[in-house]
Amino acid sequence: MRKITLAHGSGGSLMHELIKDLFVKNLDNPYLNNLGDSALINKNLAYTTDSFVINPIFFPGGDIGKLSICGTVNDLCVSGAKPKYLSCGMIVEEGFDYKDLEKITLSIKKTCKKAGVYVVAGDFKVVEKGAVDKIFINTSGIGEMYQNAMLSASRIRPGDKIIVSGTIGDHGASVLLAREELKFKSRIFSDCECLNGLISSIICKDIRFMRDPTRGGLATTLNEINAQCSYDMTIDERTIPVKEKVRALCEILGMDPLYMANEGKALFIVSPKSASRILSRMKSHPLGKNSRIIGEVEKRKAKKVYLKTKIGGTRILDMLRGEQLPRIC
Amino acid sequence: MKYIDEFRDNKIAKNISRAIFEKAGTSGPVNIMEVCGTHTMSICNFGIRDMLPENINLISGPGCPVCVTPKAYIDRAVALAGIQDTVVTTFGDMMKVPGSRSSLTQERTKGASVKVVYSTLDAVDIAEKNPDKKVIFLGIGFETTSPTVAASLAYAKKKRLKNFFVYSGHKVILPAMKALMEDRDAKIDAFLCPAHVSTIIGMTPYNIIATKYKTPCVITGFEPLDILQGILMIIEQITSKRSEVENQYKRIATRSGNKKALDLLDDVFEIEDSEWRSIGIIPKSGMRLKRKYSVFDVEKNFDLPAIKTRPDTGCMCGSVLKGIKTPFDCPLFNKKCTPEHPVGPCMVSSEGTCAAYYRYPVPQGYGAGRR
Repeated sequence: MRKITLAHGSGGSLMHELIKDLFVKNLDNPYLNNLGDSALINKNLAYTTDSFVINPIFFPGGDIGKLSICGTVNDLCVSGAKPKYLSCGMIVEEGFDYKDLEKITLSIKKTCKKAGVYVVAGDFKVVEKGAVDKIFINTSGIGEMYQNAMLSASRIRPGDKIIVSGTIGDHGASVLLAREELKFKSRIFSDCECLNGLISSIICKDIRFMRDPTRGGLATTLNEINAQCSYDMTIDERTIPVKEKVRALCEILGMDPLYMANEGKALFIVSPKSASRILSRMKSHPLGKNSRIIGEVEKRKAKKVYLKTKIGGTRILDMLRGEQLPRIC
Repeated sequence: MKYIDEFRDNKIAKNISRAIFEKAGTSGPVNIMEVCGTHTMSICNFGIRDMLPENINLISGPGCPVCVTPKAYIDRAVALAGIQDTVVTTFGDMMKVPGSRSSLTQERTKGASVKVVYSTLDAVDIAEKNPDKKVIFLGIGFETTSPTVAASLAYAKKKRLKNFFVYSGHKVILPAMKALMEDRDAKIDAFLCPAHVSTIIGMTPYNIIATKYKTPCVITGFEPLDILQGILMIIEQITSKRSEVENQYKRIATRSGNKKALDLLDDVFEIEDSEWRSIGIIPKSGMRLKRKYSVFDVEKNFDLPAIKTRPDTGCMCGSVLKGIKTPFDCPLFNKKCTPEHPVGPCMVSSEGTCAAYYRYPVPQGYGAGRR
């Protein structure tokens, strides 16, 4: 009998198979089938949803409340929309600490205020102990399309530059460490932040496409973009910003920061003539100060992403397959 | 990052690559087997094939512990996970390996208590904290991991733990290398010997490969510069018609190895004939618990029903593990067998040859590096 495994939810190729073969096939409609970060309802409106089931619910740099707002806000803004109104549904396990629920709610309040969005509808359910792991949150959001945005993977051209808005893998590494199974005496701060401020400061027609590399990391997101455009892409490992602590953790566990989740980063494909202008504007924003051009779009049309490695070799960079599991030795 | 970046220096890499081109350019095809799965991963991850001349073939060997663990072992691990009040603990790579009917991941989905641990001592810790549960650790791997398992058993003995057990599927690497040398189909000109295994066993065990089989051995670290230098040392041996055991990984591995670890292994384990998945029985290549540790031995303390293990059909992992075939020769590769739906063990472990070829595709018909 076929069963759903954790790998179906890890953001990699198994999840893509499931979305295509089960959900899109059955729920088939032009808004959904596009499979963007948000659905475009008409030319002015973007709509999206996301669920949050993180363990632990509090981690350095954030908590499940902040995350649930950032996730939906970011999905809207990388679709070229200004996030406006959110809904928030919570499913809580009986016996959950009231203080923690209050802490999460205050964190939602703070994050909404900073991002300039409102939670305008909500739902709250309690289930028997063990039926969920502490608390699950779903948010959905509506945003207004920026009139000066023109985002489409079909506009990507050879020579376009690939920009990442800062260090990668921070969120994945932070949560892994916070689970305390590893017993490392160190903390890594998640990058969990709302990106609407950064994106509204740079949005223009020269940005061809953007995405937030969450689950599955930078490598998986680049492959998703690549699947929608015709051209190969090459990124240079030496230019990809990774925090020392994140690299160290990945080295020890045999994991790859290119596949680690981010919750406050965006990936941009921009026209070559405006790349340096966009980059310098990004760098002047607090959430974009570590932005870098990490690669470019090639002329070839094999639909592959290549990584130029640190030592100067080249290899194909695939999307995440299954879960990332630590190695034996 | 200190102690990492130094071994990934772009300029030095280019210089060594150039030296390899100069020295190997005149010789015919050279088949170098990297015995260890970590080498395979590193070679793929850093795009090292891209920096080598076409006449150098890097062949992946049998040194991926997950890949060579027999299906019958997985079947029994799955059965153990189904026993009430038992917790099966394992390193992450083992979770997805398909047995005859199920994998540990599938069993966990069905509700079995299977926990991924990062160290053997985490398994001991679970046992100490859950005295009402029987905690089993799946002991697989070569001399890199077996000393840590031996240490945990020595600790469990000292603490007189009654609920900690090890299911030993440990293997030793040298008999497999000898078996490859005896195999007429395998065409191996030199070995890139494993870094971490060699820190334990030292240099001397490889002497027989260099002397009896006239095949150069270079103990090599896992960083890209290590690997490039190891390959250069092999090429230098071949062009000057030498076959010696050399040590590129001098900063960690020594001639005599790690005496403390070897003594511990000797105290806990004894050598037995052992089955390697898709290869068969290799004499004196496995490690079982000695009688004085039998209270911790899964094989002595759990009554497992006889399980009929289904053979792998159509899968070429055996020939891949011996370096006779590449994954591209296998009709299942990238068709029926993918990392999401693995058929053979080499696709399951991230260090398996097929998984590495899948994840880091190399040109079809490889051969050697592109240039």
